[in-house]
Amino acid sequence: MSRQAATGSRLSEVVSALKPSGIRRFFDLASSMEGVISLGVGEPDFVTPWRVREACISALERGYTAYTSNAGIPELRREIQRYLEDRFSVSYSADREIIVTIGASEAIDIALRAILNPGDEVLVVEPCYVSYEPIIRLAGGVPIFLRTTAEHNFKLTPQELERNISPRTKAIIFCYPNNPTGSTMSRQEWEALAPIIERHDLLVISDEIYAELTYDRLHDSFAALPRMKERTILISGFSKAFAMTGWRLGYVCAPADLAAGMLKIHQYTMLCAPIMAQMAAVEALRHGMQDVERMVESYRQRRNYVVRSFSDIGLACHEPEGAFYAFPSIKSTGLPASEFAERLLLEEKVAVVPGDVFGECGEGHIRCSYATSLEQLEKAVERIDRFIRRL
Amino acid sequence: MNKQQRIELLRLLEEDSRLDCGQLAKLLGTTAEEVDQEIKRLVDEKVIVKFPALINWDRMDDNPYVTAMIDVKVTPKRDVGFDEVAERICRFPEVKAVYLMSGAGYDLSVVLEGKTMREVASFVSQKLATLDSVISTATHFILKRYKHDGIMLEERDDDRRMVVSP
Repeated sequence: MSRQAATGSRLSEVVSALKPSGIRRFFDLASSMEGVISLGVGEPDFVTPWRVREACISALERGYTAYTSNAGIPELRREIQRYLEDRFSVSYSADREIIVTIGASEAIDIALRAILNPGDEVLVVEPCYVSYEPIIRLAGGVPIFLRTTAEHNFKLTPQELERNISPRTKAIIFCYPNNPTGSTMSRQEWEALAPIIERHDLLVISDEIYAELTYDRLHDSFAALPRMKERTILISGFSKAFAMTGWRLGYVCAPADLAAGMLKIHQYTMLCAPIMAQMAAVEALRHGMQDVERMVESYRQRRNYVVRSFSDIGLACHEPEGAFYAFPSIKSTGLPASEFAERLLLEEKVAVVPGDVFGECGEGHIRCSYATSLEQLEKAVERIDRFIRRL
Repeated sequence: MNKQQRIELLRLLEEDSRLDCGQLAKLLGTTAEEVDQEIKRLVDEKVIVKFPALINWDRMDDNPYVTAMIDVKVTPKRDVGFDEVAERICRFPEVKAVYLMSGAGYDLSVVLEGKTMREVASFVSQKLATLDSVISTATHFILKRYKHDGIMLEERDDDRRMVVSP
């Protein structure tokens, strides 16, 4: 009897057991329809600023088409070092502590693979981006889900952290400013968590991909807290701040021993990030901040618009302080989020993402991306209003 | 309304002057009354001068306008310099813009709109060139406008994103 016949599948047990992304089914449905207004898009509605695109074209013209060093071109790592110091007061060595990756997604993957032994537990703060759980499982770890709620503006509380820690807990992973809730954490709120993390000697994977997109105050990096840098793996990238999602360019910063481990995986699996994207990113960090400011201003206005409009039509929505998502509660309708989203799509042609896709505690909410034109937002609110009143 | 909100209000109106006070209030996180008052104040202070639409006349089947840029060399006058002649040129309704230039071989750059090339040419020869201080003119007709006031006229803004993404 062949090995496949014995296990019933040619796929590994881990992969077989992975659930397909909850967004997938929804995507298929929405893409098959005409005239859909989408609030389901998890990326900026701006095109990459021209100066950045032009830098890439110029790199190609000058023949920059080869591999780079595994960790990324030195100029880019130096720019990332300078940028993180200037913006968030965290200081990483360009030579030993920064790796340029294929998007923040790869960074999450190599961070988890570098630190996990089979059976290690990782605390996952939900609701969160859909890739954390599968990547933890692929790395042999066990995800333990931490709940956050609208009552606390989807912030992680010390109580929720403490009660989920076990002797097997190796690390915690979170994303603030948060996808899908738009919630952020202030320095004081981080400070309440740091002693617990230190006492239990946890590693921290801090996904800060939305760091630039905050609307009421500057982002506070967890790594900027006293003594936390040595246990923190900071992940970020160019996708959200510079509207560069399709370029697939991110980076991971960590103490030298952890970075060296991640670099081993990166060099064997990826080798390096594309050189032309790296050249473009240098331009983004050197001269692109005014473009970022312009985009942030526009997101902030649309955030204001959407939150106010939702409250006008009776959808309870906490004020998202970052990213470009509103995460209103639909509990008053009595519908589960998936049913709400599906019916809203079929009946009113508005695509939103059901909150439970991002974790169980996202149930009763829908994620609405406001990275779309004001005209589309207005129409979407009108249609959602009509839909709710009909229920 | 604070300074930041005022600047944002102006930028929003510059982009789309049809936004109404209710929409603007929602975008800026303030009330419609406050926006209304602020706009009135900005109009009074002549910060907001007009609420025009940006029209790409080239898209009309028979574009009723031709535009020319005219380099005008003038003799500045004692005490008033270039201002007097510039203001005279400004008064003609066909003149859309007048700028005093540095570093060019001429002094004033005049943007002129007419129905036909002949009309523009006759304006230049009869009205502009005959002004006392005007020494010489050079007329350049605009063949096509690609970008105007910061806006790409022919650019397509297709949304190339997927409908739903995580």
